[in-house]
Amino acid sequence: MPRSLNFLMNRRRLLGGSVFGSIGLFFGRHAEGAGTIERNQKNRNHEGVMTTVGQVGHDRNGFDPTAMLTDWDEGKASTLPDGRTLREFDVVAIDREIEIAPRVFFPAWTYNGRVPGPTLRVGEGDRIRIRFSNAGSHPHTMHFHGIHSARMDGIPGAGEIYPGENFVYEFDAFPFGCHLYHCHSVPLKRHIHKGLYGAFIVDPDPARHPEEAEVARSRRLGASENAAWQEFVMVMNGFDTNFDDENEVYAVNSIAHAFSKQPIRIDRTRPVRIYLVNVTEFDPINSFHLHANFFDYYDAGTTLEPTSRTIDTVMQCQGQRGILEFTFADHEPGMYMFHAHQSEFAELGWMGFFEVA
Amino acid sequence: MSRKAIYAIAPLSLLGLVLVAFVFTNPLAPLESNAPPSEHLTVERTILDDHGITLAVRAMGPMPVEIAQIQVDGAYWRFKQEPPKPVDNLGKAKIRIPYPWIENETHRITLVTRSGLTFDHVIEVSRSTPVFGLAQLANFGLLGVFVGVLPVALGMMFFPLLQRFGQTGMTFLLSLTVGLLAFLLIDTLNEALELANRAAPGLRSLQLVWLATLASLATLLVASNRSGSAPEKDALATFIAAGIGLHNFGEGLAIGAAFTAGEAALGSFLIAGFTLHNITEGICIAVLLVGLKPRFRLFVGLTTLAGAPAILGTWAGAFATAPHWTALLLSIGAGAILQVIVEIGRYMLKLNSKHPADTSWSIGLAGFAGGVVIMYATSLLIVF
Repeated sequence: MPRSLNFLMNRRRLLGGSVFGSIGLFFGRHAEGAGTIERNQKNRNHEGVMTTVGQVGHDRNGFDPTAMLTDWDEGKASTLPDGRTLREFDVVAIDREIEIAPRVFFPAWTYNGRVPGPTLRVGEGDRIRIRFSNAGSHPHTMHFHGIHSARMDGIPGAGEIYPGENFVYEFDAFPFGCHLYHCHSVPLKRHIHKGLYGAFIVDPDPARHPEEAEVARSRRLGASENAAWQEFVMVMNGFDTNFDDENEVYAVNSIAHAFSKQPIRIDRTRPVRIYLVNVTEFDPINSFHLHANFFDYYDAGTTLEPTSRTIDTVMQCQGQRGILEFTFADHEPGMYMFHAHQSEFAELGWMGFFEVA
Repeated sequence: MSRKAIYAIAPLSLLGLVLVAFVFTNPLAPLESNAPPSEHLTVERTILDDHGITLAVRAMGPMPVEIAQIQVDGAYWRFKQEPPKPVDNLGKAKIRIPYPWIENETHRITLVTRSGLTFDHVIEVSRSTPVFGLAQLANFGLLGVFVGVLPVALGMMFFPLLQRFGQTGMTFLLSLTVGLLAFLLIDTLNEALELANRAAPGLRSLQLVWLATLASLATLLVASNRSGSAPEKDALATFIAAGIGLHNFGEGLAIGAAFTAGEAALGSFLIAGFTLHNITEGICIAVLLVGLKPRFRLFVGLTTLAGAPAILGTWAGAFATAPHWTALLLSIGAGAILQVIVEIGRYMLKLNSKHPADTSWSIGLAGFAGGVVIMYATSLLIVF
């Protein structure tokens, strides 16, 4: 029954008369309500009306989420007497205000002035040496997800440094895969969500995996088999701007709607590999959903065989990560969306497009 | 220069010097921190129409407040702000959001400022905001008639009955009226304070409510006693009608605004309740006419004075309102009601000066209690 009629019926029953006669008109007028959906859909484009307004000043931030996708930091490489590769990195913890959505500024703690921190990319079995210094205002660490000794774990009591101090983390890069590092000082939640995290990728050494050497080579940065791949690192994160333990902004590589405002260009003749890391705080899980396509998934990237085949959505808990492989070879060119399949995260910034050409 | 002028100028120029010295030397610099400036945003008005949601927002803070992004129901949404710049302290801005709102459902809007602070605004029940026009004026006017004019007129119709009461009966009726008015006073003040709490904090509306109430009381007391004697009979009835009129204006305003904001969407009970509740207002006025031979014209005039402001109120509430203005008007109404209570009290003392005090006091107390109970009981009929 239309609302106004319903109202009239109830009213008659209650008051048994027509004293209130034309108030029905008043209520009836309201029932015409929302013709808004049709209108709004007329001016839809790919970015749509559901988005943040404006542009983030990437220059002022000192980092660009698009450049970050392919910005691998392989360190200063040299050869050790035993023939192995030594990779040396310098990482500084610095406090810095960053713009995480147009005109919304967040007082971040960063590694090397960027959030996420540098994507450290090394080879399986390489010797890793990281000179970490603290130019921030609180004690910090670098805790690597990898195999190392207790002394090198980067927790309070093992590699935690106060402002002005230094520490050198040293270990062999094992196992190969898609990993991460983050600050492990307490309070943990705050130290992580303020921005102290980054991707740590260990490429497999083909010599150690003779049966799957071909696959291993395709994963190894610099190998000719790797050249055809379009590789991107995506760190799923969020920002609690009002410190109520809920995120106001969700993103990949920190900037809300970065890849819906500036889609990621894909050459459809070449395969795509995504190193996906979830460091979202407060929400137990995050996810990646690819539109109009399916991918193979390598959980933690520690295998050369997919751990899931032909899926279009993958879920990661905090600290979980993995590798996605897919191709648009048989697709027509166009805009293909990707986003968290938690609609809440998507609507708060974690969505983007692949511009397939 | 005269001595007077020097006495005035000396402290003022010293104040100027102190301010200049303060700005240039910044003696409190050690206390400063680089914390983000405190800021506040208040949504004063919400308009829902075919183009989406429009908000009137008032800002507060030592620095202009920049509305960086807006979430509607937990999603970032496009918006346009007029004027498109940070909002100054106590300044206003209009925000238009092309959001496909859903009728009768709740929507939550979050304003995100530059420093990442968030301010929430809830639209309880979404409905089209009435568009200003003849038809809607008529509809809201009718609403005002039902909650204001009609009940007052019905209450006045008790006049012939009230006339049949004797001296003791009058004492009872007058104190009953004071009881009714006491309830109205508290109700009005309560409403004013509630609105003041919703208003932008920088406008100091809470202080304004108390001060406006006292100022209104004082002004009306002075005005009504200008002739040298306290007002009685038709003069007192006119004051009471005016006070109730201001109360009804506020009531109409609250109802109009509540309908517009969708807070009183299920309104049949609400209006019936108000009609019953407000009949007592007519009785209040009629009591003071007992003993006179009022003309029909006076009845019409007093009914209009007390009831018609409800019509103006519903219009103002439906088409243009900000909580601090409403709070101010309600406070003036509260002062007016307080003035009438004072005047009726004086009138009763005079009326009973020849009678033994003990009986008239207990009758008065019974009447007062009766008035409060009637008001409380009928107020339970108002179901929002």
